[in-house]
Amino acid sequence: MAERFARWETALVAFLVLVAVVGQIRTGGAFLDGGNLFYLGLDIGEIALIALPLTLVVVSGEIDLSVASVLGLSSAVIGELWDAGWTLEAILPTVVVLGAVCGAVNGFLVTRLGLPSLAVTIGTLALYRGLALVVLGDRAVADFPASFTQFGTTPVPGTWLPWPILLCAVLAVVFAILLHTSSFGRSVFAIGSNEEGARFSGIRVKRVKFTLFVLTGAMAALAGIVYTFRFSSARADNGVGLELAVVAAVLLGGVSIFGGRGTLGGVLAGVLLLGGLRNVLILDDVSTEILTVVTGLLLLVSVLAPALTARVRSSRTVRRSP
Amino acid sequence: MDLPPDPPPLVVLDGVAKSFGAVQALSDVSIALVAGEAHALLGENGAGKSTLIKTLAGVHRPDSGRVLVDGVEVRFSGPADAKAAGIAVIYQEPMLFGDLSIAENVYTGRQPLKAGRRIDTKAMHAHTAALFDRLGVVLDPARPARGLSIADQQVVEIAKALSFDARVVVMDEPTAALSAREVERLFDVVEVLRAQGTAVLFVSHRLDEVFALCQRATVLRDGRHVWDGPLEDETPDGLVRRMVGRELSALFPKQDTDAGEVLLDVRRLTREGVFTDVSFTVRAGEIVGLSGLVGAGRTEVARAVFGIDGVDAGEVFVNGRKLKLGSPTAAMAAGIGLVPEDRRQQGLVVDASVERNVALASLGRLSRFGLLSRRSEQRLAQDWALKLRIKTARLGAPAATLSGGNQQKVVLAKWLSRRPSVLIVDEPTRGIDVGTKAEVHRLLSELAGEGVAVLMISSELPEVLGMADRVLVMHEGRLVDDIPRADATEERVALAAAGRVAS
Amino acid sequence: MTTAAPSRARRVADLVGRARELGIVVALALVVIPTAFVNPRFVEAQGIRDLLLNASVVAVLAAGQTLVVVTRNVDLSVGSVLGISAFLTAQTFADHPGMPIVVGMLLGTLIGLVCGAVNGLLVAVGRVPSLVVTLGTLYVFRGVDFALAQGTQINATNLPDELLAMGNGRLFGIPVLVLITLAVVAAAALYLRSYRSGRDLYAIGSNPEAAVLAGIPVPRRVFTAFLLSGTVAGLAGALWVARYGTVDAAAGTGLELQVVAAVVVGGVAIFGGSGTVVGAALGALLLGTIASCLVVLRIPAFWQQAISGALLIGAITVDRLLALRLARELRGRSDHDG
Repeated sequence: MAERFARWETALVAFLVLVAVVGQIRTGGAFLDGGNLFYLGLDIGEIALIALPLTLVVVSGEIDLSVASVLGLSSAVIGELWDAGWTLEAILPTVVVLGAVCGAVNGFLVTRLGLPSLAVTIGTLALYRGLALVVLGDRAVADFPASFTQFGTTPVPGTWLPWPILLCAVLAVVFAILLHTSSFGRSVFAIGSNEEGARFSGIRVKRVKFTLFVLTGAMAALAGIVYTFRFSSARADNGVGLELAVVAAVLLGGVSIFGGRGTLGGVLAGVLLLGGLRNVLILDDVSTEILTVVTGLLLLVSVLAPALTARVRSSRTVRRSP
Repeated sequence: MDLPPDPPPLVVLDGVAKSFGAVQALSDVSIALVAGEAHALLGENGAGKSTLIKTLAGVHRPDSGRVLVDGVEVRFSGPADAKAAGIAVIYQEPMLFGDLSIAENVYTGRQPLKAGRRIDTKAMHAHTAALFDRLGVVLDPARPARGLSIADQQVVEIAKALSFDARVVVMDEPTAALSAREVERLFDVVEVLRAQGTAVLFVSHRLDEVFALCQRATVLRDGRHVWDGPLEDETPDGLVRRMVGRELSALFPKQDTDAGEVLLDVRRLTREGVFTDVSFTVRAGEIVGLSGLVGAGRTEVARAVFGIDGVDAGEVFVNGRKLKLGSPTAAMAAGIGLVPEDRRQQGLVVDASVERNVALASLGRLSRFGLLSRRSEQRLAQDWALKLRIKTARLGAPAATLSGGNQQKVVLAKWLSRRPSVLIVDEPTRGIDVGTKAEVHRLLSELAGEGVAVLMISSELPEVLGMADRVLVMHEGRLVDDIPRADATEERVALAAAGRVAS
Repeated sequence: MTTAAPSRARRVADLVGRARELGIVVALALVVIPTAFVNPRFVEAQGIRDLLLNASVVAVLAAGQTLVVVTRNVDLSVGSVLGISAFLTAQTFADHPGMPIVVGMLLGTLIGLVCGAVNGLLVAVGRVPSLVVTLGTLYVFRGVDFALAQGTQINATNLPDELLAMGNGRLFGIPVLVLITLAVVAAAALYLRSYRSGRDLYAIGSNPEAAVLAGIPVPRRVFTAFLLSGTVAGLAGALWVARYGTVDAAAGTGLELQVVAAVVVGGVAIFGGSGTVVGAALGALLLGTIASCLVVLRIPAFWQQAISGALLIGAITVDRLLALRLARELRGRSDHDG
């Protein structure tokens, strides 16, 4: 199994290199230019932030489609509270807590009521987006101070890195440690692989899953903050449809939709691949429709490839004791 | 292979071989199933019984050798072909469709039709009721299959077999989860089948049932045909010797120990509708057997003590301290371990490596500041694999690749590595070959010798009688008898299990 | 021959099934009655016609989606399939004004069939989880749709009058589109209830392993389910053109979530094995009616999404509790001697 993974990750890295090389050639060197990489980094910031906790959620065998709506709701709340006169220092933590609460609702419905997460998060996707609309209507709040919005427009001094990427990098390390080296992460894998077996080994399945949903909600709110300042605009419809891009990146990164398998590194590569592809296509003046088609195709490849290799393997080795 | 002279066999496997990758599951296996005869298929786990069954069922295609139906060679391209040829298999876990009615389960894919190729539900229900009549059973064809007991589910499967005029019925360990009365009913049904000229292939580890039901037997060992012949001149010991290939000393080596203090004290434990007012103790060094029919509530009591399920009343004390119920974490902290009934679904994470499985209950102990040390994980697994003699290609291999016996050892390793003071084992040797069975028994015996309190739930009377210092018997949710070893006989236990406690 | 009296188990199961569908009707009443008070025209003939019309497209899609969900799968690409079918159908009508209506409708349906076949092949033959596959094809089909459209839009004026007349016309007082919807729903319901391959779909969702062992050709059935879902979505695209006239490449965006919501609210278990097309169609009607009610009650449309979401969560909670209760009842007593 480890070998199969190494193979998909190498494939990802190969794709990344391919995109970079082709990109460089077709854009006459504009792709790997610092200025362009800055925009690339900005572009993938929110997706990367949400993909981190979502990886753990999918590895545990669940899914959360409400993330983009939490992003939108946080953005709407930022706008509304700012209009109401709150300071940003008060607003930002409040919004993160709000995101955590949204995640907690998902977690409660899934762990306490035992409802399937696909259906629940389709429901909360609508609910949270709806609440965002109720909070802010179709207004846009845009008069945020430059000291905050500059985080979206200027790079970290001395580099071409946008600030959100720095944030991402730090959190990525944290999540990687959490998933791959901690006992919590080990229990996440066990739950995704065999939930009942995990329970019988003393793992607190409900608590772990609940925590994952809360984390996801909080990170989605964080992404909402980043999004709002990047565009200097708080709107209720911020991030509509983003959940698909995040799920696509996670699956592309080699995480199995069935749970129990996946690596954070793979997901980061997936995010980079999606973002890089989009970037190259925009630079190359290719229409965004092609990007849509390519994203879809990549997603299909990401699941077809392991399924095919699994079939080839199973016809050669025994999988169960006879 | 000796083909019985007459009548000609319905189905014959002749020199069949089948391999999966590097594993040769069957090599040169032959068996003949004759109309009206109940034929036993014996062999340890890994001997190839399951592969043979699946070959008969059309799930696997033989690499070499012939499959003959009525003397004519056939090739099954899938289960549908085997069914069309009249071969029905009833698997160990009946696989019904819970959302569909019983009648639809029986007639899946073959529902009777009326005008316009639409399903004729009334006819379907009538046919199904007629089938149950033939079997002497009463079940409502229109009720959903969900919630049926395992015994009822098997009857539905048999009705299904009858419904397409199966001439060969293969039963894979059908009695493993049945009560004595249900076993009798099953045997009656088999007699009905035999009288109609159906050939029955009966796969079981329970030799007493084999001798009661069958006329001939075939023994497999390591994928090969070792012996076949009539059972009337055979003895259980003789069969075991053929299955194992060696002499077996006493199967149940329970050492005598002096029981120490009370380590597990269960008082008036109650769960509405499941078990009532259950009280018992287990002392250090004791092996207490918990016997009873399926559905008596034994596994449920174990789950409640371990905290997987909640309780409505009662208390549990471990080593004198009151246990917080409903929390496996608390139970484990108090020193309880549970080797569950369902090895693959509950005991293990089969897709994970042997290493990870062994370490799964010790994640906290193996980590510092939340970070797991892979080296200590590996060391733990290595130590215990050695101690328990777990046979595997390498410790990083998925647990799914191990045999049943070795998988059970992995589960045991997981719990023993925590040095529990109370170990509950639920059907510890179910579905395990004879050799590993003895190892497990020896292990449990040693544990008791070291002062662990062992609660052993088992449906195998010989095992309980051989291993236990005391036998507790449950009947319909209540503890009805507590029998010291000296007074424990099959009769007394069976009577108590049936609800008739000797006064 | 003894005919067993209906067992308790059977009666309980029947009751639960009927209660579920009744629940939706009750919910409908709860929503419609107060609205009718506020504006009595809401329940007059025209109002009801509008309600039914508004729910038509989603109801048709829900019928097709039920076939897929029952097998423990999901088809998230229906919105994109509708979109590409709508656009291509509209374009064909605009480019060939003399073309008979039926041919155009067939074309749309055919496009849907092809899309459904792609999904079906990937899921059934590729043995790849349908959530991911249809997520991917959602992107791919929509992308192709945009690529073909190149930003253009077909206007109602470019479309033949008979088409628009059908889309907004009536037969015996009932809108033609509603009649077509009812026909699709009836056909799907009949298929699932009374035909062997339809019943097989339930079996596959109820216990996939057992389905294989029972000799059910699972890949073929699952392929068919996706094929039908796509075909129905293609038909829905053609109906969309007939109804709205003006079509661009964004038609149908986001519909898939509405459809899944309708299906779940309608009592189809997301884990497969149970549920009815009629229930799903009622679910679509309920969700559509709520949207209309909000307009009449002058509640800002902003609330609509939140309410749909809350309703969906409420529906699956109720279903879960019902299922638990039912399972307990069925386990309670065995229905035979001993």
